[in-house]
Amino acid sequence: MSEHQPDLRTWIAGVVFLGLAGFIGYKLPSFDTSNKAEPAIAKPDKPISSNAGENPKLAFSPPGDDEIPKNEFGDAVRLGQRIFHDTQGNAREFVGNSLQCSNCHLDFGRLANAAPLWAAYVAYPAYRVKNEHVNTFEERLQGCFLYSMNGKAPASNDKVLVALESYAYFLAKGAAIGAELPGRGYPKLAKPAKLDYAHGQQVYAAKCALCHGAEGQGQSAANGSVVFPPLWGPRSFNWGAGMGSINNAAGFIKANMPFSRGNTLTDAEAWDVASYMDSQERPQDPRFSGSVVETRKLHHDSPMDMYGQTVNGVVLGQNSPAAGPQP
Amino acid sequence: MPVHAATTHAADGREIAANGNGRDAPACSACHGAQGEGRPDIAHPRLAGLDSEYLIEQLNAFADGSRDNGTMPPIAKALTPNERQAIAKFYAGLVTPKMEEPQKADDRTIAAGAALAGRGDWSKGLPGCGQCHGAAGQGVGKAFPRLASQSAEYIMSQLKAWKVGKRTNDPLHLMTGISSKLSDDQIAAVAAYYASLPVAAVAAAKPQGSKP
Repeated sequence: MSEHQPDLRTWIAGVVFLGLAGFIGYKLPSFDTSNKAEPAIAKPDKPISSNAGENPKLAFSPPGDDEIPKNEFGDAVRLGQRIFHDTQGNAREFVGNSLQCSNCHLDFGRLANAAPLWAAYVAYPAYRVKNEHVNTFEERLQGCFLYSMNGKAPASNDKVLVALESYAYFLAKGAAIGAELPGRGYPKLAKPAKLDYAHGQQVYAAKCALCHGAEGQGQSAANGSVVFPPLWGPRSFNWGAGMGSINNAAGFIKANMPFSRGNTLTDAEAWDVASYMDSQERPQDPRFSGSVVETRKLHHDSPMDMYGQTVNGVVLGQNSPAAGPQP
Repeated sequence: MPVHAATTHAADGREIAANGNGRDAPACSACHGAQGEGRPDIAHPRLAGLDSEYLIEQLNAFADGSRDNGTMPPIAKALTPNERQAIAKFYAGLVTPKMEEPQKADDRTIAAGAALAGRGDWSKGLPGCGQCHGAAGQGVGKAFPRLASQSAEYIMSQLKAWKVGKRTNDPLHLMTGISSKLSDDQIAAVAAYYASLPVAAVAAAKPQGSKP
């Protein structure tokens, strides 16, 4: 549920300022950067923020399940919670991969610094650079299905969206509308001097592959139920998802990975392993125009986004599996 | 998984489990039961249905000293790599009914354990056990062993061993971190919950999502 575009602008602005101060360009030394687009120049909205969740005591505390009302509205909240926890089982027609909402929004969407629903709910409607208009919360949810779940967006007022919105509203009980709540989204890490793919690969093998598999394919229990989500490949999020931005992934990883051992990786480890994960092939961007170069220019024009870049001799996005649910 | 059993010196897992290897390794069944059901009354773990690679890794850890235990190190050392594999394969393939727990936990404790196993306690940064060991405690791969139907005493003994630093062979020290956040009541509750799950519950568990 992280709204990543403003963060991206802030990041780019940071690069521009660093450039003015004499920092000589942004470099991805381990990548073939011959096709790298120049970062777009944007004005900063505000200074680079520090980790809003550094003081967990200040984080908003959502109500417990025992406060879900015993009425028709409560039924919608409970359905939303079930969809959120087992998206595969409860909203299957809109899902095209092996993920659950709760893979990226931990503790049923309640956990600060893991893109909690309560912080997102009070942040909409909002203008998004991603689609250049003011989005309602419902439209934001539709984006999750289209990109993160590599699925189909449920129609407006579909039961699934009503239930998820009810659940998010319930979790935000008592939060101020429009408040920038500490713990929203993922923490924003201090910008790295470089991103090191080879180091990211080492970190992945040492600290991630145990659960997510050597090839990022995820891991299932013997009965076929997916326990550790695939991080790339045909059953993961597609190229349009927020987690495909290295800065989002790095923030999530730093705060929450390895699972149960959040904040044990160094910033460099989080950045590099995020760049490694986001330099692997995954389902096509649903907005794909037919040209990777053009799609990059339109939707991925950022140093935090590897779509259309050449990694290990392959242009990412060139051989992507098709977007959306496959028969 | 490499399979070396089909060599000329193939070890017979069933035979070793029942009668020992004829050298210094006694019968596994003496402590783990005739069908790997374990001895819940004295915290000897159930081995039936555990992942074979997990079992091999534990035998290797006992043999090389990276897992401490009063009984197992000399036995594991007396087993050849082939024999360890054969025994592990034998136990992994067993579907043995759950042994009765010596003390029946009350429903409230089991319910508290079920809640912790499913959702964790994020106020302490604790995920649910099932988020790594499978929603029904059925186990995931070689690193996250099956917990369903395991002896409560055994689960408690291991969580406490991690908590005090007596067991340290957990990958990425995940269990060391987890156990350090668990209260004694929480340890007792999750142990009672997993011990209460019948063997059949695992097979009947409804899959969440599909294979990746």
